[in-house]
Amino acid sequence: MAKFLLRRLASSIVLVAIAASLAYVLAAASLSPRSNFEGRNPPPPAAVVERELEARNLNDRTPIIERYGAWATGLVRLDFGESWDGTSVNAEMARRIGVSLRLLIIATILGSVLGVLVGAWGAVRQHRFSDHAITFASFVILSTPVFVLAVLLEIVAVGVNDATGVSVFEYTGEFTPGLEGGFWTLAVDRLQHLVLPTLTLVLAQIAIFSRYQRNAMLDVLGSDFVRTAQAKGLRRRTALLKHALRTALIPSATFFAYNFGLLLIGATFIETIFGWHGMGEWFIESVRRNDVNAVAAVSCFAAVLVLFAGLLSDLAYAVLDPRIRVGA
Amino acid sequence: MTPAADPLVAVRGLSVTFPDRTGDVRAVRDVDYDLARGEVLGIVGESGSGKSAAALAVMGLLPAGARVEGSVRLDGEELIGLEDRALSRLRGRRIAMVFQDPLSALTPVYRIGQQVAEAVQAHNRLSRDEARSRAVELLELVGIAGARERAGAFPHELSGGMRQRVMIAMAIANDPDVLIADEPTTALDVTIQAQVLEVLRTAREATGAAMIVITHDLGVVAGFADRVAVMYAGRLVEQGGVDDVYERPRMPYTMGLLGSIPRVDESGRRPLVPIEGAPPSPAHLPPGCPFAPRCPLVFERCHEEEPALAAVGGRPQLAACHRAAEIEAGGLAPEEVYEVRSSAPAPGAERRNGRPQVLRTEDLVKHHPLLRGAVFKRQVGTVRAVDGISLTVGEGETLGLVGESGCGKTTALLEILELTRPQGGRVVVLGRDTAELDARERRALRREVQVVFQDPLASLDPRLPVSDVLAEPLRTHGVARERVEERVRELVRLVGLEHQHLSRYPQHFSGGQRQRIAIARALALEPKLVVLDEPVSALDVSIRAGVVNLLEELRERLGLSYLFVAHDLSVVRHVSDRVAVMYLGRLVEVGDVDRLYGGPAHPYTQALLSAIPVPDPRKERTRARILLPGDLPSPAEVPGGCRFHTRCPKFAALDAERRRRCLEEEPELRAVGPGQEAACHYAERLAVV
Repeated sequence: MAKFLLRRLASSIVLVAIAASLAYVLAAASLSPRSNFEGRNPPPPAAVVERELEARNLNDRTPIIERYGAWATGLVRLDFGESWDGTSVNAEMARRIGVSLRLLIIATILGSVLGVLVGAWGAVRQHRFSDHAITFASFVILSTPVFVLAVLLEIVAVGVNDATGVSVFEYTGEFTPGLEGGFWTLAVDRLQHLVLPTLTLVLAQIAIFSRYQRNAMLDVLGSDFVRTAQAKGLRRRTALLKHALRTALIPSATFFAYNFGLLLIGATFIETIFGWHGMGEWFIESVRRNDVNAVAAVSCFAAVLVLFAGLLSDLAYAVLDPRIRVGA
Repeated sequence: MTPAADPLVAVRGLSVTFPDRTGDVRAVRDVDYDLARGEVLGIVGESGSGKSAAALAVMGLLPAGARVEGSVRLDGEELIGLEDRALSRLRGRRIAMVFQDPLSALTPVYRIGQQVAEAVQAHNRLSRDEARSRAVELLELVGIAGARERAGAFPHELSGGMRQRVMIAMAIANDPDVLIADEPTTALDVTIQAQVLEVLRTAREATGAAMIVITHDLGVVAGFADRVAVMYAGRLVEQGGVDDVYERPRMPYTMGLLGSIPRVDESGRRPLVPIEGAPPSPAHLPPGCPFAPRCPLVFERCHEEEPALAAVGGRPQLAACHRAAEIEAGGLAPEEVYEVRSSAPAPGAERRNGRPQVLRTEDLVKHHPLLRGAVFKRQVGTVRAVDGISLTVGEGETLGLVGESGCGKTTALLEILELTRPQGGRVVVLGRDTAELDARERRALRREVQVVFQDPLASLDPRLPVSDVLAEPLRTHGVARERVEERVRELVRLVGLEHQHLSRYPQHFSGGQRQRIAIARALALEPKLVVLDEPVSALDVSIRAGVVNLLEELRERLGLSYLFVAHDLSVVRHVSDRVAVMYLGRLVEVGDVDRLYGGPAHPYTQALLSAIPVPDPRKERTRARILLPGDLPSPAEVPGGCRFHTRCPKFAALDAERRRRCLEEEPELRAVGPGQEAACHYAERLAVV
């Protein structure tokens, strides 16, 4: 078991390295930090531009392989280099990473747990009203782009705020700047800011997970072993939870990894819409500002997250399904 | 009704209907029966007869859509209509159930000990440890060796027989009053079936429970049940004491069933009594008696009115037939009710001498390497699927090749069908060594060797109409177009189907008809040798007889030779001239059919034959079974010396001195009498059936 996970971890590290390298090369080849200087008024002297770019390993006249070499050497020491304006990428990342992770982790946990429950419920109530309602709602959410969903939720929030006369929901930034108060005041303020973006992501996650879980659950509902559990004297509900749902979780573990990529994209939009200064927002800004090192850093972050999710789902699979443990 | 004063279970007017858009499927119709305390009732029926649905209705375990009517009383308490909470208190504690397929019936993700403990805890306030140790006790009771360690195993780590023992352990965990076993041994090999039936007996003694055993195999219940009920098209059509029903069946369907099964204990080529046609679909029942379309005694009234289950002959025996009284009065036997074509005399041993050989294998070997590693494969073992078998099939002869699943019989057959140089040994077909053939010759030889597989639905292309299925081999081998059409019509007639069937697709046929199509396809090129891989084991009992008779008839008419591979020794006895018994990749005994069945000399053959239940209650009760311990070893770890010694009852009885030979020296086949060879150092003929 441990051997299996170690092997997976090793291959994940190799994959992260490959993904990050490809992202760097792509960013370095297509973005042009030089244009940032050229667009200035008055234009800085050529030698200064050259020196500035050289200092940050951004000079497009240096062969890309050399730039990659310098970047990779830094990366081994976990140094992502500098932005085109000389600020440290590491420092910026440190500021933003927590913001994104908070959103992603909460959305992943809530989304997958609620999605699994909603899906299992739908399967048990197959062809009844609640199943149809869940199916309909899921398809509506699935076919709505995240940014539309976010805006719709904002509109609802504004309506609620207006109706109650209090700002229940906040939809700009992750906290109110300059707010003074004790721990609870600040915590409530953060929570008010957290609800809408998280809800947007979670809704989409529930919609996807519930569809998937419903099918997995339907596959096992008619199983002989569920009938055996009832024949032993378990109530139907216990048999469904302990035997059917437990077995139907196995395919969902695989799904978890694939779905994570989708979640990252959604989070990028949401950070931008709700004005959260997270990794997603940074990525979009960096592309706009031709900031090669920052783009590479965010790509690296995404790669690590996706592969970490893959590792988690391998682990979950091994824990859930004894049949694969033997061969591992 | 049976005059049971105070039945434990009383079922009255039980009906189960599955609503369907195209019409309701009436799976169970108006079933009445009683079960007394400690009694064993056998319910016999073919697939689709409603026997399982009736049992699940008693347990309240039918799918939500099913409509259940009537009454089921357990000790006077009505079960139909009880809520889940109330029912769950009865299930497992008062009525328990053993299901057919023990792999799918156990939850794959829990250890078996946990699953048994769960059954204990469902009805008792016990701590986890107490429940665990009770689970181990139960596992010991059902004969799982090393129960304490095995309790930690997952279902997929156990063999089929072991899993069924676990199911039984769960069922008896709370000392139930009623134990329902739904086809408890159907998925198992005969020797394992004998073990499991023994465990059921033990379980019954331990709990004193009354039992309902549901099966399609008339042999299984003959020695086990006190009373038997026969089900057809959702109704009970005959009911009574086992002896009465088996000896004096009064409903033509029961007669047909009894006449249609080949007997392992009867020699000679008694032609089987096939029941014409197939059971009706429960969604489209014919008016009147549902058996009328297949019944040889049918008259007008049968089509108008469905007969009720009524007493016959003053015995506690009930039959649902308008003519039961006539049958009783005339004392009619199945052979008299069903018209039996007399078959040509069997080719005896004398005819075989000097006949040319159609097939010969010498030391045929097929080993599969066991590989490990993802990138660099290294061999970690060898699966010795076929480990040196030599057999011959003479012209016009049927050689039965029998053995339990995993013994390598299918691998052997596929190796022969390859018609190429085998991994080891020689295959000679019609005098040609397959190692020396070139591609053209091999193709020509393929015409002479054809095959019929077990599952006709899987082996016939569902997108081809029957005419194309039959024409394909002809076209492949370049038969002229006009001739193809003519030949296809001939073939359809030959296997007893009609011209209008030609344009239909395989899925529109019943199982028996599909197998007839597969046989017709095999015969298209007029082969000399037909290899039959379990040709009737997927078919229902009443249909099986027709196909077996057809195979017999074709062999005689067309002068075919058969290599008949099967695990059902009764069918093999019926069709074969000679029989070869296989164990772990080797032949352990070969002989003329009557010699071998009359006095098997190898302990494995003896155990196999004694394990087969005979549909004769009196005989069955007095038979002693030779039970083999354990399961078939893996062909990757073949025991040294005689490969049977790990399970051999004879070996167990030997002294250390004589045992040494079994442990050190692998026995070769040697004659134990005229026309019989066995691979055992201490072979002795012994009558077991």
